[in-house]
Amino acid sequence: MPVRTRVNQGKKFVYLDHPADAKFQAFGRTLEEAFGQAALAVASLMWEPEQIKKTKRRTVLVQGRDLEQLLFKFLSEILYLFEAKGFLLASARDIKIFKQENGYSLEAVFEGDNYNNSYVIFGEVKAITYHDMIIRQNDEFLIQVVVDM
Amino acid sequence: MELRKINDYTWEIPKEGPMRVPAIVYASEKLLETVKKDQTLQQAKNVACLPGIQKYSYVMPDGHQGYGFPIGGVAAFDLDEGIISPGGVGYDINCGVRLLRTDYREKDISAKRRELLTEIFKEVPAGVGKGGITKLSRSVLLEILTKGAEWAVENGYGTKEDLLLTEENGRMKDADPSYLSSRALERGIPQLGTLGSGNHFLEIQKVEKIYNREIARVFGIDEEGQILVMIHCGSRGLGHQVATDFIELMENKIGTKGLPDRELIHAPIKSPLGQQYYKSMCAAVNYAFANRQMIAHWVRDVFAKVLGSSAGMRQIYDVCHNVAKIEKHRINGQEKLVCIHRKGATRSFGPGRSEIPEIYRPYGQPVIIPGSMGTASYILVGTKEAEELSFSSTAHGAGRVMSRHEALRRFRGEQIRDQLLARGIELQSTSLKGVAEEASAAYKDVDEVVRTSHEVGIGRLVAKVVPIGVMKG
Repeated sequence: MPVRTRVNQGKKFVYLDHPADAKFQAFGRTLEEAFGQAALAVASLMWEPEQIKKTKRRTVLVQGRDLEQLLFKFLSEILYLFEAKGFLLASARDIKIFKQENGYSLEAVFEGDNYNNSYVIFGEVKAITYHDMIIRQNDEFLIQVVVDM
Repeated sequence: MELRKINDYTWEIPKEGPMRVPAIVYASEKLLETVKKDQTLQQAKNVACLPGIQKYSYVMPDGHQGYGFPIGGVAAFDLDEGIISPGGVGYDINCGVRLLRTDYREKDISAKRRELLTEIFKEVPAGVGKGGITKLSRSVLLEILTKGAEWAVENGYGTKEDLLLTEENGRMKDADPSYLSSRALERGIPQLGTLGSGNHFLEIQKVEKIYNREIARVFGIDEEGQILVMIHCGSRGLGHQVATDFIELMENKIGTKGLPDRELIHAPIKSPLGQQYYKSMCAAVNYAFANRQMIAHWVRDVFAKVLGSSAGMRQIYDVCHNVAKIEKHRINGQEKLVCIHRKGATRSFGPGRSEIPEIYRPYGQPVIIPGSMGTASYILVGTKEAEELSFSSTAHGAGRVMSRHEALRRFRGEQIRDQLLARGIELQSTSLKGVAEEASAAYKDVDEVVRTSHEVGIGRLVAKVVPIGVMKG
């Protein structure tokens, strides 16, 4: 059963100081919104998601033994789709997270476009890491991730 | 945290709690101050808790906070009781440096410097967004993963001599690409022969200072003003995916309970999963060797085209900075094979080691330490003492002190480019934002790092080089 679903509105993530890599916090009224914002935070380290045309859609399905692994694999999808398929993420929508017997599963739709010369790529994220990863609910959901650059 | 001073450059974190061995940090007082500000020391302690660790958990002079292991972390594990950890190698498997000498002097190229750089920028794909040279077939990729730089040489990129002057002769023989996921292969196909972005760069450099003329000459460095070319890159998305995949596989098999940091996930080196990671990592190492071999070949082509000749562009050496290897070391008076993890560290074998090229064997291997973009880089020589002091390892670079975010706040790419130009350094880059992130002020003082390595005796100064042309992906 989906925990909750909603479409992302506005930008709700911030970058924090980290000596070697990039660290960010993403927020959401729901866990799904926070996941979607985290996806934008990762994409924004490489290109400007708001400048990517939404001409293509890709369905993303991931599973994790816990929420941290689910997030790790969800965000890793962005890197895989970019490097292997040339796909640039503009936004992650229709995110649904399901609690299962032995962990979690997630489905989402990535909207974006394939790379062409009109897009500027200004950074490269090597990998998502678990270092200092936080997934927490206070008033809002908070996600914190460090990525390897 | 208790930190005991052993001498001016050596600090010990005594064994306590779950630590199986003490930790040793090599740092000057000045470097230690920055090390204390982040989680480096705690991470060195965490590594000291891992099963089968031998002697000490080490931090090299450029150590800084990583994820799991610190960057600049070196640890050796017993082959029976020990572990192997993807986090102990890092995501960018065989991120490394290749250095070419030339017969050119600064005066020979100064008029053509911009043209050289422009041509290199055209020939060597940065690979950010765009793919490499060819659409590789999966079967060719598998061959590359097995044969490394040997494949490249067999296919017309460079010479057999290059292989002799590459760590592992450009090929880790334990590689088995059959354990790589199809995602890793898919990420590898479009990126072969690309430089990548971030801290990776290609520089045309000149020798500024020679500290040890005898050894410099053996390495192929004759005098001040001589032109060298440095290539700094790794295994690209393929290596990153191998690390990502095995972290997940190990979590699912072994679980994350009791780990102080999830990035410290590991498997017994003898276990099937440990072996699968090791053999996959070796395949990624080979990909990076092939990558640097191809890029070096294109650089020679450009020199030949622009300056009329690439004769004399012999490779000095090619070293890995992120790797796990099985090496023989003397521990408690006995020689034994161990699994060395070097995460942001350079092997620094001294005289006599059979693993290093014959021409260098009486002297020690070249250790190549790149600075940050636009700053000095250094060539050191490996030492006999390093065997005892650091499992034959030393620093690998400058090490960041400022976040990318902070660097972006403080610097503008245009301004950095103009400042470099004012100092006589040409810059070509795919992105000025990336240039700001890599501003040298965001890094530790590489001079202090190599001075510390020299004083400790784990890698001694041979020459200092400075860039005159920089390509940043």
